Amino acid sequence: MRAPSGGEIASGEVLLAVENISLSFGGIKALSNVSFDIRKGEVRAIIGPNGAGKTSMLNVVNGFYHPDEGRITYRRQTRHRMKPYEAAASGIARTFQNVALFKGMSTLDNIMTGRTLKMRKGVLSQMIYWGASQKEEIEHREFVERIIDFLEIEHIRKAPVGKLPYGLQKRVELGRALAMEPELLLLDEPMAGMNLEEKLDMCRFILTVKDSFNTTIALIEHDMGVVMDLSDRVVVLDHGQKIADGTPAEVQGNKAVIDAYLGVAH
Amino acid sequence: MLYREVGQFKTTYAADMAMFPIRQDRVALWLVLLVAFVGIPMLSANQIWPFGSDYLLRAILMPFLILALAAIGVNILVGYCGQISLGSGAFMAIGAYSAYKFGTGVSFPLPFAGFDVSIPPLPMLFSILLGGLMAAFVGILFGIPSLRIKGLYLAVATLAAQFFFDWVFIRVKWFTNYTPSGSVNAPELNFFGFLVNSSIEKYLLCLIFVTVFAFIAKNLVRGNLGRQWRAIRDMDIAAELMGIRPLYAKLTAFAVSSFIVGVAGALWAFIYLGSWEPLAFSIDRSFQLLFMVIIGGLGSILGSFLGAAFILILPIMLDQVPHALGVPISVETVSHLVFIVTGSLICYLLIVEPHGFAQLWSTAKEKLRLWPYPY
Repeated sequence: MRAPSGGEIASGEVLLAVENISLSFGGIKALSNVSFDIRKGEVRAIIGPNGAGKTSMLNVVNGFYHPDEGRITYRRQTRHRMKPYEAAASGIARTFQNVALFKGMSTLDNIMTGRTLKMRKGVLSQMIYWGASQKEEIEHREFVERIIDFLEIEHIRKAPVGKLPYGLQKRVELGRALAMEPELLLLDEPMAGMNLEEKLDMCRFILTVKDSFNTTIALIEHDMGVVMDLSDRVVVLDHGQKIADGTPAEVQGNKAVIDAYLGVAH
Repeated sequence: MLYREVGQFKTTYAADMAMFPIRQDRVALWLVLLVAFVGIPMLSANQIWPFGSDYLLRAILMPFLILALAAIGVNILVGYCGQISLGSGAFMAIGAYSAYKFGTGVSFPLPFAGFDVSIPPLPMLFSILLGGLMAAFVGILFGIPSLRIKGLYLAVATLAAQFFFDWVFIRVKWFTNYTPSGSVNAPELNFFGFLVNSSIEKYLLCLIFVTVFAFIAKNLVRGNLGRQWRAIRDMDIAAELMGIRPLYAKLTAFAVSSFIVGVAGALWAFIYLGSWEPLAFSIDRSFQLLFMVIIGGLGSILGSFLGAAFILILPIMLDQVPHALGVPISVETVSHLVFIVTGSLICYLLIVEPHGFAQLWSTAKEKLRLWPYPY
């Protein structure tokens, strides 16, 4: 397995920075004053016990939740809040903790949907289909087929995703996000509920995505082995607050992190 | 078996993404089109049974085609985009009355401006398409609530369209050209100098409209826009985070759906009914279309045809059964029995196959592919 390489990555340019983000639902504070950054080309893990606010954080980044306070700087552009469409158009893709595939559609159609923002032909052209629109569909199909090959899901190309086993659904979802050619990929527990082989496959995919597609990855994961091996830097949340930030080795030895995970003796 | 894909290898993406990738389906489609466009007119011209009289054409095939067209429209909205609508009858009415106004000449007095806006009577084809366009426009307006409300609540909002337009076409005499009875007659069906008069000509006209729009609908639903619709239907949050704008996807679905339903409304009024009153497009029509789509199969163009056939043709056939068997029961009893039988058949079908005829058909296809092996 790879050694954590925090030092060499630390010089990378900041792709996304969240500053002093606070988010509350009614009286519940989901996030309070959280700041961290994600640098170009790194795998940034966000960990923490259940209910720490990890998923809320991702939802803030891609504009599904609007923070009460704080700023989000993505590609040197500072915003108070993201909008889902803007986030998608500027290259932020996302997978979900509970698979959020389009259940009535085939694997192929699901991944093709990821190409939506890249398709330019108008409604009239699509009505006629033959000609310009068909050419465009085929171009994007070729791209999608490369993703299907990469993720080794050729055999379920035409299968409706609703009937696929969980591990494959997770893979299709990754494929759908990759079809957007994202600059920043947010993965929300990509390995939840998988067996060891499936986890290993997923790790392999994530590392390949990082290295050969030059995609920056933000990863939420509960499997500490995976987190320690994959990530360049780790941010730890607990009860909506950041309690640690650093290389996996640093975080592993951090007293606050150990307390958050194991509890404190009273 | 004949229905095998063995040996049909696709070597291009174009072939794999064709509308009917399986050869047998293509052959079947051409056969159906051949029978519909050539066979039926020839049988009819030679007065061969069952086309000896106009009955089959006028009472079964024409309404079947037009309602199948309307069902395609409803299916785009309900089946593909997942927005339940109970206002389809209203959109048919808008198509019909707009086409009527454009076909008989629009004159809109503007007393405060001191002049009238008037458009001379337009050719039939244009008035039918403009009827569809007006329906699309109103469809977009009534689609706006869908951005905030979903499911059954949206159904109630579209119900408002139904009641509103029922009222408008009864009360606002301008739409009916101030006829005292409120019922209007279609202008003569003049297509660029060609007068459509006989049943077979009317049938062919409907057939052309249905064929063209079915192909357009099929192209749309398998393309980028169709994927956006289905994405919104299946998981709107994920769709939004992938850059699909719900506003655009939902309103285009409302527009395309209402356009097709509007054209079907205009055809229904002009070609099938000839003269009509607002009652022709009541809420019953909306329900009928919705049932066709649900029984035929949500999210399937083929299902729209199957659903229309089931809902429309089955009761007509059942009506004949007691008479054909020589059972002496009154006409009234027969019509009650037809309701009972149709109703229970619908229940049975929905229990056996909740996804409708289209799903039944694709299951059968899957079985045929593997026959005689079970898997």
